This record gives sequence, C-alpha cells and structure tokens, in this order.
Amino acid sequence: MLDNLTGRLSRVIKTIRGEARLTETNVQEALREVRLALLEADVALPVVREFVARVKEKALGQDVVGSLTPGQALVGVVHEELTALMGGPSATLDLAVAPPAVILVAGLQGSGKTTTTGKLAKLLLDGYRKKPLLVSCDVYRPAAIEQLATLAAQVGADFFPSSTAEKPLAIVLAALDHAKRHYHDVLLVDTAGRLAIDEQMMSEIAELHDALKPVETLFIVDSMQGQDAVNVARAFSEALPLTGIVLTKLDGDARGGAALSVRQVTGKPVKFAGVGEKLNGLEVFHPERMASRILGMGDVLSLVEEARKSVDVDEARKLAEKVKRGKGFDLEDFKQQIAQMRKMGGLSALVDKLPAQLAQAAQSSQVDEGRMRRLEGIINSMTPQERARPELMKASRKRRVAAGAGVTVQEVNRLLTQFEQMQKMMKHMQKGGLQKMMRSMRGMMPGVR
Amino acid sequence: MLRLFKNSEPGDKPGWFDRLKGGLAKTRTQLGGLFAARRIDESLFEELETALLSADAGVAATEHLITELRKRARKNRLENAEQLKSELHELMVEILSPLEVSIDCGAHRPLIIMVAGVNGAGKTTSIGKLTHLYQRQGHTVLLAAGDTFRAAAREQLAEWGKQNGVTVVSQQSGDPAAVIFDAIQAARARNIGIVLADTAGRLPTQMHLMEEVRKIKRVIRKADEHAPHHVWLVIDANTGQNAVNQVCAFDEAIGLTGIILTKLDGTAKGGVVAAIALARSNQASAQADRGTRQSKDAPVQPIPIAYVGLGEGLDDLRPFVAREFVSALLD
Ligand SMILES: Nc1nc2c(ncn2[C@@H]2O[C@H](COP(=O)(O)OP(=O)(O)OP(=O)(O)O)[C@@H](O)[C@H]2O)c(=O)[nH]1
Ligand SMILES: Nc1nc2c(ncn2[C@@H]2O[C@H](COP(=O)(O)OP(=O)(O)OP(=O)(O)O)[C@@H](O)[C@H]2O)c(=O)[nH]1
Ligand SMILES: [Mg+2]
Ligand SMILES: [Mg+2]
Repeated sequence: MLDNLTGRLSRVIKTIRGEARLTETNVQEALREVRLALLEADVALPVVREFVARVKEKALGQDVVGSLTPGQALVGVVHEELTALMGGPSATLDLAVAPPAVILVAGLQGSGKTTTTGKLAKLLLDGYRKKPLLVSCDVYRPAAIEQLATLAAQVGADFFPSSTAEKPLAIVLAALDHAKRHYHDVLLVDTAGRLAIDEQMMSEIAELHDALKPVETLFIVDSMQGQDAVNVARAFSEALPLTGIVLTKLDGDARGGAALSVRQVTGKPVKFAGVGEKLNGLEVFHPERMASRILGMGDVLSLVEEARKSVDVDEARKLAEKVKRGKGFDLEDFKQQIAQMRKMGGLSALVDKLPAQLAQAAQSSQVDEGRMRRLEGIINSMTPQERARPELMKASRKRRVAAGAGVTVQEVNRLLTQFEQMQKMMKHMQKGGLQKMMRSMRGMMPGVR
Repeated sequence: MLRLFKNSEPGDKPGWFDRLKGGLAKTRTQLGGLFAARRIDESLFEELETALLSADAGVAATEHLITELRKRARKNRLENAEQLKSELHELMVEILSPLEVSIDCGAHRPLIIMVAGVNGAGKTTSIGKLTHLYQRQGHTVLLAAGDTFRAAAREQLAEWGKQNGVTVVSQQSGDPAAVIFDAIQAARARNIGIVLADTAGRLPTQMHLMEEVRKIKRVIRKADEHAPHHVWLVIDANTGQNAVNQVCAFDEAIGLTGIILTKLDGTAKGGVVAAIALARSNQASAQADRGTRQSKDAPVQPIPIAYVGLGEGLDDLRPFVAREFVSALLD
C-alpha cells in the first residue's frame, strides 16, 4: 500500500515526466494524490481542500527547472507551502508582564495537559531561570491533583495544594494570591480535560481565563488526533483567546496532520512539541520537520527532498531501493550518502528525516564536516572493485588506501566498521528491528560522536 | 448472521442509544444527510467518499466501501439515493458485526484481563467502569495497578477501586509484571472472579516499553498458563489513522483479543471503526502482496470491539453493538 506522499507521487511522476510546464491536466492526478496523502496523515478535510487549491494556484504555469520532472516540481511546491503554513518564527513563552505571569493550559481529556504543565515548570526553572508555582484545578478526574503534585516535586517546583471539594475558580484565585505574596514569577494552571461540546465545562474555563488574565493560554493537542481536530480547535479558540499550541506525543509514529488543522483554524503558533513522558521531553517546534512528517517523508532518503535539492533523482531512487532491500549496499553508495549528507547541510538534515525515535537518539550527536570529507577521501582512494566488494579490503590494500588518502590505517578500519554497521542497520530497517538499530545508532554515522 | 438490534441491557439507565447518537450527531448529519432526495450519480459517490474520509474512515477503508457500494448499486439496479443509503447501512453492519463479541466472565476463575494502550487513551478509567459493570453482573473484581511509571497512576486506580469498593493490589514502585503476578495470587487466595490489570500508557515506537508489555504478558502466563484470558487495547475514538498502527503494533506484541473504544461522547467521528475493522485484512493482503504470507484468501478475523466508552462516569461503558453503532452513524 502506498501510504505516503512520496510513494503516491512516485507513481504519478512517471506519467507526467518529460513535460516542461505544470498544467491543469498534468497536475490533476498528482493533486489528487496530494489530497489523499494529507487525509491519510489526518489533516482535516476542509484544511486539505484549501491547501490543495493553494498549491494548484502556485504550481500552475510554473516552469520545471533543471532535471526535475513536473511531478517533482509539484512536490517541491507542496513541501514549501506546507512548511510555510506550519511556520512562523519559532515561538517562545511570553512572560513580559508584571509577575506573576499566568500560563493556562486547556484541551481534551488525556491530551497531555498535566504532563506539559510539569514540563513547562522544568523549562521555566532551568531555561528561563524563573520561579514557577503550579496549581491544579482538575477537581474531577481521580488523582489529577496528586499527579501534578508529583510532577512538581520531580522538577523541584513549588506546588499550591488544592482539593476536590473546592471550586476551580476559588482554587486559582487563592493560588494567584499566594503567587503574588510569595514572589513567584509564573503561575502555571493545569485544568481538567473537557469536551468542546460540554457547555458547562467550556464556560468554566472561560471564567477561569477571565479571572486569571493569563499571558499564555496554551491549547494542548494530541498529535494522534484525527479529522475532528479542526472542530475541537475551533470550539476552544472561540471559547478562549488562545496564544499558542503544544503538540504532544510526537515521539509516536502518528503523522500529525492535526497540527496543520489546528494551526490553520486557530492561526496561533505551535510553541512546543511534546516528545516523551519524561519532564525533559519538551522541544521547540520545527515547522520544516513537521511538514516532512505529515508528508510521510520520514525515510532516510526521500525522493521529495532529493528533488527539492536538485540531486540526481534517479541516483537517489536507486539508492533508496537498495536501502529498502537491505542488500547490495556498497561502499560506493556509502560515499554517495556521505556526499549527499554534506550537500544537505550535514547530518542534521538526515536526522530530520529519520523516524522520530531515531532522530531523538541521534540528536545529541555532533557532525564533523572535516571528518566526513576525510571519509570521502578514503573511499575515493579505493578501486571500483574494492568499493563494490568491501570484503576485499585486506591489510595491504588498507595500507595503500591509507597512504593515498593521507590518513592512518586505523581510520580506514574505522570507516569499514562504520560501513558494516550501516549495512546492518539497513537490514534491520528492512526487518523493522528498530530496537537493535537504535542501540547501534551512536557512533554508527560517519563523523558523529 | 447479523444480530438483532439490541439497544440496551436490562437495568440500563435510559438513553444510552441517544447518547451514542448524540456523540455521533455530526457524522450522521454529514454522512446520513447526503442521501436526501437525489439520484445515484458520480457526484453522490464523490460526496460520500469525502464524508467517509472526514469521518476518519481512512483512505483504504473508504476505497473499500465505495468500490463495494458501486458494485452493489449496479448489481441490485439501485436507482435513488435512499436505496443506496440502506445498502450502505447493510454493508456497514456486515463489516462491523464481526466486531461484536460477548464476554463470558465465568469462563475461568479468576478471569484475567490485561488492558493496554497508548498514553491517555482511557485505560485506567475504562477499568473503573468495567469494575462497575462486572460487579453489577454479580462478579467479584480485583484490580492490579500495573502502571508503576506515571505520576499518581496508582492513586488514580486506587480511587476507582474505592468508588467500586474493590481491592487494588499495588506496590510502592517497581516492576509492573510483579505487581500483576501478585494480584493474580491474591485473587486466587480470596476466590475473586475477575482480575483487571492496568498497564502504563506506551507508544509503539518505544521499543523498550513494548518489550515490557510483552514481558507482562509472559509473567501473567506464569501465574496461569491460560492467562491472560483477554488482552484489550484501549483506543481513544478521537484518534485518526494512527489507530490502525496501534492495533497492528499491540496485536503483534501481545496478541489482542479485543478493543475498548473510548470518548465517543465527544465529537469524535467514529469512522475509525471502519478502518479498524478492515485493518487486519488490509494488513494481511499487503503481506500477501509482498509474498510474506501464504495466500490472500486466508480468512482474517478482525479484532473485536469489546466495549465503547461514552463518558467519564462509572456507568459510561457498554458492549459494542454493530447495528446500534451504524444506526447512530447513519439514521
Ligand atoms: N509519549 C508521550 N507521552 C506523553 C506526552 N505528553 C503526555 N504524555 C502521556 O500522556 C498521558 C496523558 O497525559 P496527561 O498529562 O495526564 O494528560 P491530561 O491532558 O492532563 O489528561 P486529563 O487531565 O486526564 O485530561 C500520560 O500517560 C502522559 O505521560 C508526550 O509528549 N509523549
Ligand atoms: N469524555 C470521555 N473521557 C474519557 C473517557 N474515558 C476516559 N476519559 C478521560 O480521558 C482521560 C484519560 O483517561 P485515563 O483513564 O487516565 O487514560 P489512561 O489510558 O489510563 O492514561 P495513561 O495511564 O496516562 O496512559 C481522563 O481525563 C479520563 O477521564 C470517555 O469515554 N469519555
Ligand atoms: Mg490532567
Ligand atoms: Mg492509566
């Protein structure tokens, strides 16, 4: 089943190859595939419609430059538009008021409000060097207050106790008063999960908002949410003046089309991404990464990206095929990959395209440009036979290659080991053995420590 | 054979079906409203496709439904849209009926039920509601606090135990498998009928946590070689196409015997049920395409939907009834 845009379009691309211009007719089928891919990624239908119309308008009449086919050019437009839509400058918390600055979170049941509140407390403590106070006015869900109390203790933030016998409004007013008297910079207010159609609960949170006048009202969205995201977001943004969005559970494998729906409907920036249950699992949101993810471009080598960067697409596709099959991946391919990685702005670009959990594992790693260039040099010093059959590389050949590239034999050895690991990873990837792959991730990529 | 329309169980508080209808109202307007006073033509199929997609049915299930409907419209020489609507109704009932299941709580003693799912889906709350349901049916229940990770998860389950007046076995911290093992022993010692084991939320991408849940199942088997008798995946009805991934991943890890679909009282679309119903057969045919499975025709049983959740209260859980669900979606 072709379930990502790359897959869907590679089929269409074949049919519209060799035309010099994007026209109504040659993009028709491709646009249909774009539509289906976005729906498959859970982007809400009204948002998809508007988006596809925009892409069409932009694309029509566009010249197809260089070696690109019309289909690839179209994908380029799709990716750019999507990034632009997700985009806006990377946002931070707005705390520019007389303290305490109040941050209110809101969202559906189980979306991640309480956890995000804990994460924000940690960010405020460690990143902003602020003194936050946490309070929960979830008097409904069993042990909701205790959950926040535990998280507050974990990050070492002050917690304002409340009880299920109290009214949410009374709780937050008391907390606000306490924060003022004890010179807290920020008051973080966790609320109960609520359905957008629950009028009583929606007016409750509107009331809380009126009383607290928060600088930040964050809408917490589960990245696994489906088509209804658009309606829920509309209802929340009508009931509350939202200032931003937090997208949670992005460490999963949902494509996260809800991000686009919510962003489109509310017009508010996605300020953070939740990427784990632990309290350090809060990241700055990357619009570009999200666009790739929605399009299903989490592949190591995606055609779309290749097309955008004007890398020879046939080569890339051949390599992607090899990667998929996990065999025949030789040193020549390895070299090409290194070269492409450098062209794409180093390893970070590649990391962006890895599935989320791998990207996380690789995040702390650093790219060493110089070392990558030396690796290329080593492979360049090998004969074509040696590149195709790395097992030929015995002691004397290694010495020759080392001398040719101006490196030590140890470095040649290290490259060969890395290559072998990479080859293994390709096989695991093919078998879906992600766990093993993650374990061998560190130190596997060339130039990564 | 299709089951007879079954609106409620004895002792049901009135209005369960109305509440289900309430939750699915929006989908019903979009989907059911398409067919009023018109002929069957291409634009009707297109609008139907659109409506199904925006109800979270997903591309694969939608294509399946539309293709099948076109076939039937031709074969049965349907003329107006109302007829097509009844055909869709029947088709959905055919697809969803195999998802019905009735749980025989007396089959083993103690009956051991393991509950798993992604974070925040509604596992702990569903266990609270199941406890109420089973007690009302005259069974004794014991809860195992197998979420030893999330903040105050234990306290949350303890609260549900208190509300239902049942024992909750938990430990200060530590190994979830060990807690559940203890709970099973305790249930045996006290001659309790049903053990409901809560587990921590986990995403299928977290390999070590998927390994952990496999281990939990293995350890349960050590306590009773036929257990767990049920392995249920809790899915939030608001979930989009990732629901299919969740079913596949958890099924692969721990062999699901059922699904609990929660939060249908919101504005969730409900179409994800179709995607879930067809998930296993789609997966099987994809495997057949790749040659990793013997034959495309081998029958694939869908994973049944044991219960649906319609709220946060004790009484807000019921068995899934296909006809009821389809009626709420369409009529
Ligand atoms: N993997 C992962 N889990 C998360 C993330 N954010 C929250 N969670 C988990 O999701 C579940 C629900 O999170 P909560 O913070 O309790 O959600 P909530 O919105 O406060 O829930 P209610 O108060 O019940 O409405 C918990 O198991 C959290 O650990 C995330 O970014 N990644
Ligand atoms: N409206 C509604 N809310 C529900 C339903 N089932 C559960 N919830 C709510 O969803 C939120 C999460 O429920 P939990 O039972 O804590 O979910 P969980 O799967 O145990 O979560 P973790 O253990 O953190 O992974 C809570 O706020 C529940 O009250 C339902 O059927 N309808
Ligand atoms: Mg909460
Ligand atoms: Mg739980």
